[in-house]
Amino acid sequence: MAKFDFGDDSVVVIIGSGAGGGTLANELCQKGVKVVVLEAGGTQSNASFINDEWKAFSQLAWLDKRTTSGSWRVAKDFAGLPAWICKTVGGTTTHWAGASLRFQEHEFRARTVYGDIKGANLQDWPLTLRELAPYYGKAEDKMGVTRTHGIPGLPGNNNFKVMYNGATRLGYKEVHTGNMAINSRPRNGRARCLQLGFCFEGCKSGAKWSTLYTELPEAEATGKFELRTQAHATRIEHDDKGRVNAVLYVDADGKTQRQKARIVCVAGNAIETPRLLLLSASSLFKDGLANSSGQVGRNYMRHMTGSVYAAFNEPVHMYRGTTMAGIVRDESRHDTRRGFVGGYELETLSLGIPFMAAFLNPGGWGSDFTWWMDRYTSLAGMWLVGEDMPRETNRVTLNQNVKDQWGNYVPNVHFDDHDNDIAMRSHAYTQAERIYGAVGAIKTFRTPPYPSTHNLGTARMSARPRDGVCNKWGQTHDIPNLFISDGSQFTTGGSENPTLTIVTLAIRQADYIAAQMSRRTI
Amino acid sequence: MKTIPIVHIRERGDAAHKTAPTLTRRSLLKGTGVLIGTLAIGSPLALLAPSTVWALELAALDQGEGEALLRMGRVLYPHERLPDAVYALLVKDLDAAAAKDAAVAGQLRAGVASLDKLAGGSFTAATPDRQLAAVKALEGQPFFDTVRGKCVTALYDNEMAFATFGYPGSSWEKGGYILRGFQDLKWLPAPPAAASPPPYMG
Repeated sequence: MAKFDFGDDSVVVIIGSGAGGGTLANELCQKGVKVVVLEAGGTQSNASFINDEWKAFSQLAWLDKRTTSGSWRVAKDFAGLPAWICKTVGGTTTHWAGASLRFQEHEFRARTVYGDIKGANLQDWPLTLRELAPYYGKAEDKMGVTRTHGIPGLPGNNNFKVMYNGATRLGYKEVHTGNMAINSRPRNGRARCLQLGFCFEGCKSGAKWSTLYTELPEAEATGKFELRTQAHATRIEHDDKGRVNAVLYVDADGKTQRQKARIVCVAGNAIETPRLLLLSASSLFKDGLANSSGQVGRNYMRHMTGSVYAAFNEPVHMYRGTTMAGIVRDESRHDTRRGFVGGYELETLSLGIPFMAAFLNPGGWGSDFTWWMDRYTSLAGMWLVGEDMPRETNRVTLNQNVKDQWGNYVPNVHFDDHDNDIAMRSHAYTQAERIYGAVGAIKTFRTPPYPSTHNLGTARMSARPRDGVCNKWGQTHDIPNLFISDGSQFTTGGSENPTLTIVTLAIRQADYIAAQMSRRTI
Repeated sequence: MKTIPIVHIRERGDAAHKTAPTLTRRSLLKGTGVLIGTLAIGSPLALLAPSTVWALELAALDQGEGEALLRMGRVLYPHERLPDAVYALLVKDLDAAAAKDAAVAGQLRAGVASLDKLAGGSFTAATPDRQLAAVKALEGQPFFDTVRGKCVTALYDNEMAFATFGYPGSSWEKGGYILRGFQDLKWLPAPPAAASPPPYMG
């Protein structure tokens, strides 16, 4: 691995090594750009991943102090854990399920297509599906997404069999084992899926794409890459002209270091990214970096979510095999006859006994609860994920009453469901119950949202500087050598799981940064 | 009679507990109390343990308090098939928290006293209906939340619970489910290959 000097101001510093940061690092290194990645977490591997829900959670999850507010159910059930994301090399690509869906054309034009929705802060993206399509193709190839580039779909497990039969009996047409960044056969040096059933705990077979064992080692092989682990960024500094020029971070020994930089790219996931911009407030940028619009931290989206579990008289054993083993896509269309704008996906999901106990019905107890646990082997489950409305008041702020282990204000995540989110969730719950009812479910249960896995929108793209934080390249409107490189860029959330789009934007951003560097505009 | 310390039947993933040292009654007299119980012979759980007799030595709570909390665990999460040995894990975790923090110890003691009072004298000896009413009366109070919250991990994250509910846990060392029934469901037709292609077998 390369080793760059703290004073080397020719490097690009990327904060975060997940889907956005890890991909951007590799793409830049392949073009000969020198990159330092600062990753707050430590390093795990396929060998060190654990097929045990709580142990893996402790190993991978971001557990630094956070607070919550607002009327969303997560604030009540998991007050200190608004998001279920990771602090480890590879970021949340260690934990993600692998679903890799392209946004639909109309989802880039939410304001135009959905109209002026009261209480929502909708904007069109400053880019189109047509512009992104070639990059989507590159991302799918890189990640090995099934049902693209001639890669076969994954074989469906028992949980999918239940979903498939129920959904097709109901008349749904687009029902299959999904577009997954999980190898259905060996590819690019990675093994095929062994149907372990522990996708969320870090894939021990390496069949699931993660930057940990794809992008990061590829970047390292260029000799242009340095990864610093347990390096927790706490502040981005700038010069007199307002250009960023260094990143302060706390290293593994608890010492503060300063790495100089030509360009800084922030990819800390949509809670830490705005937090870092806000923590970096200065006399020149009193409201935080890149925040002349006041939109940093606002428009926090987490997708409309919920789950439905169903009990049958016959065995299912849903825990066997790929966690997200199949999808129903018919409801992802925009069709206001359903009583809401935007759409949602239905995707199988399974939890082991420890997480069923924690997440089936947080706070629940008594024989109503144990009825479900007693029937564990006869349960099927699915997750509902749809587009939620960006709202100015749903936001990440600094909680000035609480500090983290380094003495910095922790992020507070405030969220209130929009009426559209509530209407969509209600529709999705009903449809999921009808799917299971069509194949003889004896009982169904509406599980409330888990802590957020899809965190989006808190430093969004906009055509006009006053409406958002960055432009269509993720370059901040205010500071040309400061980039947003993760899901914080999303102008709206779409109904699709966001990772493929984050990777796609990172590949595209790398082209832009390299071109600007060679033109010496940044 | 061999007696297994309860701590040794919690851990999964290795066979260490099967050769774990056993306790004698004499060695159990150091603490503040002891809970002792048995696993039903012939249950799958008995196969997991080197002995059908289990014991839990308490460090902060007395035996009566331990028994009341075990009972409260059963009222909160009633599973007929789950043996007392699993509910003893709840008492073990609560006792450890009480040993570490006097405030928790006080909260648990006062909580048990409330349960006794609500049950008309002895919570442990009361009828199931009376026990349920007593627990329900405390819902939303910090004591209730402490015990209920601890149940989630204590009762459901151990090998005996896994065996009881039919969850096999770690699959990696068994090669996953690609050859072990991930699509063996027979009561519904298999989806067509376009929706669910056959697995790659090399």
